[in-house]
Amino acid sequence: MAKMTVARAMVEVLKSEGVEIIFGIPGAAIYPFYDALYDSNIKHVLVRTEQAAVHEASGYARTTGKVGVCVATSGPGATNLITGIATAYMDSVPIVAITGQVNSSLIGKDVFQEVDITGATAPFTKHNYLVKDPKKIVRILKEAFYIASTGRRGPVLIDVPIDVQMQEIEFEIPKEIDIPGYKPKEKGHPLQIKRAVEAIESSKRPVVCSGGGVIASGASQELQILIEKQKIPVISTLMGIGSIPTDHPYYLGMIGSHGQKEANLALRQADLLIVIGARLADRALGDTKITEDMKIIHIDIDPAEIGKNVDTNIPIVGDAKQVLSEVNKRISERKDFWAYEIKAQKKVLPDDDKLHPYDVLREISRAYNGDYIITTDVGQHQIWAAHNLYIKEPGTFITSGGLGTMGYGVPAAIGAKFGRPEKEVISITGDGSFQMLLQELATIKREQVPIKIVLFNNTRLGMVYELQKKRCTGRFIATCLDGNPDFMILSKAYGIESMRLESKEKLKEAIEIMKSHKGPFLLEVVTSPDEPTIP
Amino acid sequence: MKYTLSVLVENHPGVLSRVAGLFSRRGFNIDSLAVGVTEDPTISRMTIVVNGDDYIVEQVTKQLNKLIDVIKIKKLNPKEAVERELALIKVNANSQTRSDIIQITEIFRANIVDVSKETLTIEISGDEDKIEALIELLKQYGIREVVRTGLIAIERGNKVISKSKSEEDE
Repeated sequence: MAKMTVARAMVEVLKSEGVEIIFGIPGAAIYPFYDALYDSNIKHVLVRTEQAAVHEASGYARTTGKVGVCVATSGPGATNLITGIATAYMDSVPIVAITGQVNSSLIGKDVFQEVDITGATAPFTKHNYLVKDPKKIVRILKEAFYIASTGRRGPVLIDVPIDVQMQEIEFEIPKEIDIPGYKPKEKGHPLQIKRAVEAIESSKRPVVCSGGGVIASGASQELQILIEKQKIPVISTLMGIGSIPTDHPYYLGMIGSHGQKEANLALRQADLLIVIGARLADRALGDTKITEDMKIIHIDIDPAEIGKNVDTNIPIVGDAKQVLSEVNKRISERKDFWAYEIKAQKKVLPDDDKLHPYDVLREISRAYNGDYIITTDVGQHQIWAAHNLYIKEPGTFITSGGLGTMGYGVPAAIGAKFGRPEKEVISITGDGSFQMLLQELATIKREQVPIKIVLFNNTRLGMVYELQKKRCTGRFIATCLDGNPDFMILSKAYGIESMRLESKEKLKEAIEIMKSHKGPFLLEVVTSPDEPTIP
Repeated sequence: MKYTLSVLVENHPGVLSRVAGLFSRRGFNIDSLAVGVTEDPTISRMTIVVNGDDYIVEQVTKQLNKLIDVIKIKKLNPKEAVERELALIKVNANSQTRSDIIQITEIFRANIVDVSKETLTIEISGDEDKIEALIELLKQYGIREVVRTGLIAIERGNKVISKSKSEEDE
């Protein structure tokens, strides 16, 4: 057993877990860890605010399937992580967040840059640790990676006091992790699977609602086999977009208050709803009331999700990939696809001389043929993107679905590009969201991250503006973003090439310029404030 | 309706706050929560009394199970469990009322554990109804202070809820 400091041991465990990249900002309470990182080959990306560090780790995790790692110092560094951690929790993204803490002997005394970050993050971390005993650090870090990346994934935070980081320990990595209270159940119950098969086969109008869990478990192929065998229309939640290709003949679109008409219609007409890896939150259900006549099969790795928002007839706890492959083994073939009629009612978008956001997104889809990773921010542009982009592969549409965190998209794109450098990464954003974390343009410049940013600029907080228009009879308050900077000059200040698109004639040319540009690029699309979320 | 949950948790600092925090942020009402170390010093047992319906209890159980420090949860059937609560009741007592209070205490098989010129302190253990009944009777003399532990419960017979017995898991 080698002797080393806790800080060095932390780096050694990260290396043993295959960590290649860390996003963070140093500070006085985490400097021993950073000092130990100096001697390692782990890449460190210096972000401009800690919130971006979590989002970048999230983008990295969601594109690679690995655990994303971010680091911050104590106090404000740690609290700046909070929004990002909550975002990762709501979307089940595996993150290990490491924070420095003040000296152990000073904890609880409100000293400089002290905050109870484990207390603060307890409601939205999968688990967290305050490391008081230096000897436990190795096991705790191993556990953190195990917890973050198994079962229903999620963020884990480890808070390490500075004096603990500096102490010497005997370094030995435990071979096995055994946590008595944590035994994720991956295999579905055979009897429940049998009941599910019977219910699907005897239903007349089944619908699959596919959520983020399908993508997280890598169950897209199994889902496709099931729906093609049984000819089941698929609707998805925002997090489930990409779980099957959006041009699949059985895909009807996203459900919910901002969903597609045909998807919601299918949900209302169904006699059997098969929910897979989704929690069916209020936004997903929209105005649709689940009636007693509709049977529900709910497959989820997290038993607490089943029956939480809707009553379930056949609950199946397990990993979506495993459960669906078991279902597929037993399921028969069906002849008719019942929802063709619904699909035929698909709305035709207006085609006029104006430059609409959907024109831009459809042109991007055409130009790239779906060979990209898309990240979005939160707002009207997010819904436009969800409705109009062609998403070919699972895990290539990355958005803050659960928490709805503005500012997520650009940092997530940076993380995604580090995770999948061979892929084109495009961040779709709005002027409101973009300005919540635009300091990350500095990270893009410093690291020369060749991502593309498509910025819909309508000088509004568009979602709320639209809400005020409809619900407050046009009493607009605090939704006009007058005072926006000139985004072209702004991006020039960061050394990033940019272009402004104002007319439809220039659309193809602009997308081509963006596509052929080698480095980072910002395309500002001037958009009417009155462009609705759903035309 | 009231439900009693017996919860085995790892004996770590901060576990109680995680459990209590979960109840408040999910909007569940805890009637009482009693916690103490078990025969295994690495494990503590919490006895939680929850007020609600079957849906609430199911949600509480599922959400508690999600906590990494929670090892096992069992809903106890009151008919198959021994339930006790300890209470200390300080009641006004003067020369005229003192003997009446002592008589009531004896009927309830409670103990007088402290005496002053103006008060008596009574210790009682039993189920909630018994304690409520005593408090009700003592009200007429003027209760100065009541301290209650909350319910603790254990299954009758040879049944146990332990870390290793997986069949007892919820």
